[in-house]
Amino acid sequence: MTETLLAINGLTKAYPGVVANDDVSFEINRGEVHALLGENGAGKSTLVKAIYGLVKPDAGTMALNGVPYAPAEPSAARSAGVTMVFQHFSLFDALNVAENIALGMDHPPKMTDLAARIRDVSQGYGLPLDPDRIVGDLSAGERQRVEIIRCLLQDPKLLIMDEPTSVLTPQEVDILFATLRKLRDEGTSILYISHKLEEIRALCETATILRLGKVVGGCDPRETSAGDMAEMMVGSALKVPSKPEATTGDVRLSLTGLSAPAPHAFGTALRGITVDVMAGEVLGIGGVAGNGQDELLLAMSGEMPVNPQMIRLSGKPIGDWAVNTRRAAGLLAAPEERLGHAAAPVMSLTENAALTGTTRKGLASHGMINWARARAFAEDIIRSFDVRTPSAANAAQSLSGGNLQKFVIGREILQEPDVLVVNQPTWGVDASAAAAIRQALLDLASGGAAVIVISQDLDELMEISDRFAALNQGELSEPRPAKGLTVEDIGLMLGGASASEGQSA
Amino acid sequence: MNIDIAVFLASMMVAATPVIFAAIGELVVEKSGVLNLGVEGMMITGAICGFILANATGSVFLGVVAAAIGGALLSLIFATLTQFLLSNQVATGLALTLFGIGLAALLGKPYEGVRVDVIQPISIPVLSDIPVLGTILFSHDPLLYFGLFIVFAVWWFLTKTRGGLILRAVGESHDAAHALGYNVVRVRILAIMFGGACAGLGGAYLSLLRVPQWTENVTAGVGWIALAIVVFASWKPGRLLIGAYLFGGIGFLQLHLQVENVPIPVEVLNASPYIATIIALVILSAGKSGRSNAAPAALGQPFHASR
Repeated sequence: MTETLLAINGLTKAYPGVVANDDVSFEINRGEVHALLGENGAGKSTLVKAIYGLVKPDAGTMALNGVPYAPAEPSAARSAGVTMVFQHFSLFDALNVAENIALGMDHPPKMTDLAARIRDVSQGYGLPLDPDRIVGDLSAGERQRVEIIRCLLQDPKLLIMDEPTSVLTPQEVDILFATLRKLRDEGTSILYISHKLEEIRALCETATILRLGKVVGGCDPRETSAGDMAEMMVGSALKVPSKPEATTGDVRLSLTGLSAPAPHAFGTALRGITVDVMAGEVLGIGGVAGNGQDELLLAMSGEMPVNPQMIRLSGKPIGDWAVNTRRAAGLLAAPEERLGHAAAPVMSLTENAALTGTTRKGLASHGMINWARARAFAEDIIRSFDVRTPSAANAAQSLSGGNLQKFVIGREILQEPDVLVVNQPTWGVDASAAAAIRQALLDLASGGAAVIVISQDLDELMEISDRFAALNQGELSEPRPAKGLTVEDIGLMLGGASASEGQSA
Repeated sequence: MNIDIAVFLASMMVAATPVIFAAIGELVVEKSGVLNLGVEGMMITGAICGFILANATGSVFLGVVAAAIGGALLSLIFATLTQFLLSNQVATGLALTLFGIGLAALLGKPYEGVRVDVIQPISIPVLSDIPVLGTILFSHDPLLYFGLFIVFAVWWFLTKTRGGLILRAVGESHDAAHALGYNVVRVRILAIMFGGACAGLGGAYLSLLRVPQWTENVTAGVGWIALAIVVFASWKPGRLLIGAYLFGGIGFLQLHLQVENVPIPVEVLNASPYIATIIALVILSAGKSGRSNAAPAALGQPFHASR
């Protein structure tokens, strides 16, 4: 099984101002799981888009099975046997499973035949799926199954997977890996993109590492330590956040039977969430996307008012308080979506700093904004959190994801909150920026604030939480000390339904 | 006041036809994720194009074809601005309406008061002889039947064909459709042109059948009611027919009441079809906020492929 399936030679793709891929060459063998590793912005996505025909490279050649291969569009790639499971953006919520799958095929059979084949193939690979269900109602793991089945129905020679596990529970990851190993044994090659090094060590036989668009090396992940691979990715040793022993104080924020109906058709209702958060501790809340994370943040930030007694801040009932009243009282929040929720994309960093900082930083008086102080506040954030931007006058959307995330988290931390709630603080942020954000959250807690971190990244939660609780369909599990929790424990906490499915499959 | 129920229902179908044409076209446009508020402008442009050609050639059929082409050409301006130059769809659609009304007034100036042959009803043999039902259903002009056929064809296309599935997918998430390799811009331009052609046909129905001579502002807001009907019909062709017939029926009734000199202000009577249709459709779509009634998720959002 050492035959070359896909050979990439000198592939180069430049966008205005940035070279996404610079003379990239590597080979994928038949029947191997090949990892593509790299930080955000290293050029992984551009590279796989070129292989899948979504991006036309400026230079370089590819050969599939020894034959020149230059797909002009995805349908050409699919007919050559190359399929792809996307990280985002490729399912249609309002359509059903069979329709979604038909859209990804070039010559779909009749709908009734297709439904039967979906049932067959999904059972055969241990990924059961009902073709008639509306995709918007499916869990993240089930949605991914839709994409995988769509690929499998086309007998792929090469399956590209872009960050497939970021939304899965540990049990779902096991099911996925079993499927991928079965595919590999049947002779399918898999190009696996991830920055979760332990997963790559468990699954892949070969790895190619990209940094700033260039191939910086390859390795056998089974024989290379995660630390060594991380160093190749980042180019220097990575600083791991240090967690001081927590000294917890009084109860700062207390949720009692917090319930709320779903705010929109695709939302989740909150059901009887009860938990106390103490000064000086980090409470980690895990869960698969769509189990009430966004709604929980909305309830705590004040965007979704609830019964006053359901939320108490230092003993005071605040459930019906408005956002700015809560800010004045010391409860701050940073939502998941950076552009459009945490920050206004076309407004400058100074304006964005003023948007949440006005109340606590005294940036306005008598309805007039003090721009000098707002700018000083924005510059303070930029300096303290190492936000890479030419100036505070730049628009929020001109920053990279990691830099903007540092800005929006830093903006809340510098307002010295008593309680800070963050959702997905390091989503889509590269490893060094993520480490800096986590360290800042830990420092905030050790300074005496109560910090609630809602995240889907379990490694992150284990790294910084004092206690851990899981959200499942709007209910919060009993929090448990994070120290000593095993992956199995967490998986079971994350979701009764998906965990039991994992055992039956 | 006495109204023959058969005549009433037949007139209702006639009065509803321009709305049906304009609304079914807009439904397809919105299903592809584009909001074109220029329906009124495309209708009236179709109306004058149809009128001019029918007047010049003496052929009503050529007039109808010209109306569809005129509406589609006008919609192509909208398509170019919004799909290639990424202009704001709401503003561009409003501008298209203003432009279309002005263009029609300019082109129509020499034709004010001119008469043309109108579309003649056909009597379907045998069927039209059925009492009552024959009058209601089987003695209309061919364009009315064509309108009903288009509604059925659109329903069939959207629910049964692969092309319809792709169109709905583009309107649901253009990013996902693009990632799967579908040409979002091409699908949308075709949908916009279909919408323009249908609006043009609706306009021609007014200028070549309802009013036998050219009058400025012949559409009188029918394009706007078509837009409202699409939304309140939850983007479903069947419900769209109900809305249009309600509009047509009340429109006929209020005219009758005006003739009978019923002591209600004329302004109120004139407004009644618009008000009643919107109230009825709001009731019809209220309380059912489920996914099957939801707007296409990408409606009104500009798409730009980053490649």
